[in-house]
Amino acid sequence: MRDHITLQVARYLPEKQSEPTFDEHEVPCPKDWVVLDGLNYIKDRIDGTLSYRWSCRMGICGSCGMTVNGEPKLTCATFLSDYAPGPLRIEPLRNFPIIRDLIVDIGDFMRKLVAVKPFIVRRYEKPISDGEYLQTPDELDEYKQFSMCINCMLCYAACPIYGLDPKFIGPAAIALAQRYNLDNRDEGASQRMDVLNEHAGIWGCTFVGECTKVCPKHVDPAGAIQRYKLTGAIESMKAFFMPRGA
Amino acid sequence: MAEVPVYNYHPRWLRRRVSTYWWLEKRSYFAFVLREGSCLFVAWFVFYLLLLVRAVLQGEAAYQELLAWSARPWILLLNIVSFLFLILHAVTFFDAAPRALVVHVGKKRVPERLIGLSHYAAWLVASAVIFWLVLVR
Repeated sequence: MRDHITLQVARYLPEKQSEPTFDEHEVPCPKDWVVLDGLNYIKDRIDGTLSYRWSCRMGICGSCGMTVNGEPKLTCATFLSDYAPGPLRIEPLRNFPIIRDLIVDIGDFMRKLVAVKPFIVRRYEKPISDGEYLQTPDELDEYKQFSMCINCMLCYAACPIYGLDPKFIGPAAIALAQRYNLDNRDEGASQRMDVLNEHAGIWGCTFVGECTKVCPKHVDPAGAIQRYKLTGAIESMKAFFMPRGA
Repeated sequence: MAEVPVYNYHPRWLRRRVSTYWWLEKRSYFAFVLREGSCLFVAWFVFYLLLLVRAVLQGEAAYQELLAWSARPWILLLNIVSFLFLILHAVTFFDAAPRALVVHVGKKRVPERLIGLSHYAAWLVASAVIFWLVLVR
């Protein structure tokens, strides 16, 4: 059937099985259907027990990340027709514990995200009457790329280092730390450096570079980490040679 | 991060171990492992260079002896393989450099391409100087 495509969908029902299995379903494959449309078709018409996360359908919420034919993808931005004649194998994101079917636990990432303080930190908040913190377009450009991250965690699924060592704080958290470090309104760089200038932080990264390749928002987390390493190394040298003045 | 548990424990969640052979799963992973492995050959080249310097300092006889030793097939093979890995190491390093080095001139950011090209230019100049020293002078 040319206008249909086969989806092999991973199922994991923890109350019934100890290893995932695959269900095969034929779904329509019009030009404008994405993988998520195929999953919704299955859920609505074939098997209502299939579980997966999704929300916005437009690459903003970062909920629908899954492994499509071995690659981490946002299923709302991955067209079925690109994989014709199929079949397509859809699995949960790698490197995370699987809760059910295509749903993974994201608690670890959430804790790491909070640890890097992904918000503007000020030593002293000026009163509202003093007006806004101003920023020029050039200053915005310094961090804008890193601010595009939607926390979809595809980079964690692609990163073999995170798979091997779950203590590694990971690509997106470091890129987001860098987003605030490079913001001229922020003064929290040294607090973030305390968390990140260690083995489980920036130095855990060996620059495989896959995080950047799979990022649907072109954030370049690998670049952010390498820049951060340079800053971290300079800070460590300063602390070593000028213990009091640094 | 050490005091924070890595995962909430749940007996029914499925955790899968990364295969020991994960680096064979994807071409890009394999290229990464080759790049990382290239540092062993860089270390060998540094050691070989030190041997060369020592032989030169010890005089003509020691230098000729080292040359004869270097002509052995297995040393020759090792050096050819090391040279190829050295090129891989240099090229991947130069390609990675612009990602880590962000240079500003005034308020303008120097384009990544220019930073990458400047590395290659420095390589070319250094190679030309060595070529001139060894073969022309």
